[in-house]
Amino acid sequence: MSAGHEAAEEHAVHVHSPPQGFIWKYVFSTDHKVIGKQYFLLAMASVVIGLTLSLLFRYHLMAWTPQNQFLMPDTYLQVLTMHGTILVFMVLTTAPLGGFGNYILPIQIGAEDMAFPRLNMLSFWLTLLSWVVLMVAFFVPGDAGGPPVSGWTGYAPLSAINNLKTKGMGLGQSLWVGSIAIFCLASLVGAINFIVTILDLRCKGMSLMRMPLPCHAWFVTAILALLSFAVLLAGGMLLLLDRHLGTSFFIPTGVVFGSEILNHKGGSPLLWQHLFWFFGHPEVYIAILPGMGIVSHILANFARKPIFGYTAMVIALNAIAAIGFVVWGHHMFQSGMSPYTAVAFSVITMTIGVPSAIKTFNWLGTLWGGTITCNSAMLYSLGFVSLFVSGGISGIFLGQNAVDIYFHDTWFVVAHFHLIMGVAALFSIAAGSYYWFPKMYGRMMNETLGKLHFWLTFVGAYSVFIPMHILGMWGHPRRFAGFDYAFLQDPMVPSMQAMITYAAFMAVLAQLIFIFNFFWSMFKGALAGDNPWNGTSLEWSIPSPPPFDNFAGKHPVVNHDPYEYSVPGAAKDYIMQTDPPEARPTDVPKH
Amino acid sequence: MFPNIEPLKQPAKGTADMASSRAPGYGVSEHRGARRLPPRAYYTAILVALAPMVMLFAAFGSSYIVRQGLSNDWREMSMPPVLWVNTLLLILSSLALEGARRALKNGNTAAFKRYWSTGTVLGLGFVAGQGVVWWQLASQGIYVHTNPSSSFFYLLTVTHVLHLLGGVGALTWVLSKTPRLRVEAGRCVSVDVSATYWHFMDGVWLFVFGLFLIGR
Repeated sequence: MSAGHEAAEEHAVHVHSPPQGFIWKYVFSTDHKVIGKQYFLLAMASVVIGLTLSLLFRYHLMAWTPQNQFLMPDTYLQVLTMHGTILVFMVLTTAPLGGFGNYILPIQIGAEDMAFPRLNMLSFWLTLLSWVVLMVAFFVPGDAGGPPVSGWTGYAPLSAINNLKTKGMGLGQSLWVGSIAIFCLASLVGAINFIVTILDLRCKGMSLMRMPLPCHAWFVTAILALLSFAVLLAGGMLLLLDRHLGTSFFIPTGVVFGSEILNHKGGSPLLWQHLFWFFGHPEVYIAILPGMGIVSHILANFARKPIFGYTAMVIALNAIAAIGFVVWGHHMFQSGMSPYTAVAFSVITMTIGVPSAIKTFNWLGTLWGGTITCNSAMLYSLGFVSLFVSGGISGIFLGQNAVDIYFHDTWFVVAHFHLIMGVAALFSIAAGSYYWFPKMYGRMMNETLGKLHFWLTFVGAYSVFIPMHILGMWGHPRRFAGFDYAFLQDPMVPSMQAMITYAAFMAVLAQLIFIFNFFWSMFKGALAGDNPWNGTSLEWSIPSPPPFDNFAGKHPVVNHDPYEYSVPGAAKDYIMQTDPPEARPTDVPKH
Repeated sequence: MFPNIEPLKQPAKGTADMASSRAPGYGVSEHRGARRLPPRAYYTAILVALAPMVMLFAAFGSSYIVRQGLSNDWREMSMPPVLWVNTLLLILSSLALEGARRALKNGNTAAFKRYWSTGTVLGLGFVAGQGVVWWQLASQGIYVHTNPSSSFFYLLTVTHVLHLLGGVGALTWVLSKTPRLRVEAGRCVSVDVSATYWHFMDGVWLFVFGLFLIGR
């Protein structure tokens, strides 16, 4: 450390005093890093539950015959509903934004914490409360209606009628709505914090266009969350009123329940669909945009090249988010909407392909000619790009309102959204885990186990979801607990279902390798050092794990762009953002 | 380890506190240490926080219009006249808060407190007035499930009042801190932020009331 820096140390002001005691340090902590880990561990627990549920219904689908039903139809739908809800809300929404966003974002922009640490803590605890309520919904006894059956989309009127005597329509459904409403509040509080932190807490020199790409992704994702969760909250409130106060927002006239005609009249199930999908489509991007940022960051790091087209990447991120707000109608092509409206939604949906293609080609451009290191983080990032392309292509089919007449409500849809939203986002979470684990815990994860985890998951995931496309093309409908395959007149269907199930078991069991690696490395992994990946962004300029207030009471100063790899004439093959200005040769043009 | 760093500046001293050196409304210490957020963060936060509220009421508003147009069971609901009085109270409360801000700018603490208290009481008057409206409707047998029009009426008015109660809490908090508010160049962050929220809720009420009047 130079004499100048020592002088700086002397004048440093420790603005934080670390909390004392286990409770304040690890449970009710306001430190963004602890909260990030809390979100991450919550997501990890949820992944275990959600994937275990998927094994239950995969086994059921493989073994099903009219005489042999592992899960009864209502139980099948309950398991399906909880699988979707847990994974979409408690994993895909919490881990990329709440987990990595909380931990990494303040450090990457040179802040000592989020703007409002107590609100940050509130956001996590509300999320945990929402998780607990959801788990309680799962264990509601059958005589109180049992767990909900209306899917993660909570489609009305199934979700809007309160009846304790019918499975899936009683207390469990009410708790489901309550859980989602609490989750909305948590997400809104979190989103406000993210946006303010990025806008007002960036360190000196960290202009918006010098931020690493994950920060741009978290920023635009927070805006999406801010605007969309409020609409879901509105829908949830209307749903609760329908269920418990006798209103008729979503329940139409003449719904017969058993032998009884319900008092509700005039409501519109389509109104729920509009409100839900106005949230639901941006939710897809809430899940995957942080992944795009994380993957961009990792690809540049391990290709040892500046990200190709940084500005275009930022614009594309924002374009995807903006267009994503006006395409919710493509989830409702078969709801009786006017064909003219459907065409409009279809055309706008297709335009998302443009910024998506920009991102894909820029990722490939970053890799082109790079000195690529294929470690676990990089493999998962490459896997993400692959899944994004595969899942995106089937989206072009489904986005055509005419083609969707055939594909609607088939396994094709299940395959599409699992690839693009589920598996791709999970791959980015895995990539981020392998990449930032050394920073979070000061130790390296085991690479051999990491690669084994990747290949089993990669092969497993494609083996699950590519055949599902084929099932869908054969006309196999989704959401059916049992199906007489003779109807499809194709003897391949049962064996296809069996193959998918075997692959699902392989892919899910492979996650145990990750969980073992994660906890084993926490204690036994090789020591990481400050910058094990020779990265350029601010998190690699501080110790691993970072001190309590990140920069030990000082403010970093940023002098360089975030992806200065392999700059000709530079002393080493990367220039950190905090390196002095002269670290970059002046005669080398900026990319 | 820290390749390019500059020491963090000590918190500025000598700012014009009203009384003590603690600054609850301005440099709120979020950690147990003495972390100070830049004041602009609070302004950004309140503006950002208004966005989901806009979306919430916009979602309710569009649902109102869609639900009304979808079926033939919608019955027109006559608006209780008390709503006009309540509207007046709310507008006056906003004007009172603006008077308070002006007094603060001129350094007149006593006038600030007087205007601010008046604004808070007028706000509470609005809440009480809404209670009267609900009581009147209930006594006529109009409940939340009676008709979609009454469902939306209760939904929107109750949601607005719940938001407004948050505002009353903020106004009261500012009032309780008045002797120690930190004022710089005639501005105080907690005063500005709570007034902004209050005016916004005024606007939301005008939107809601307008929807009831036009959308009948």
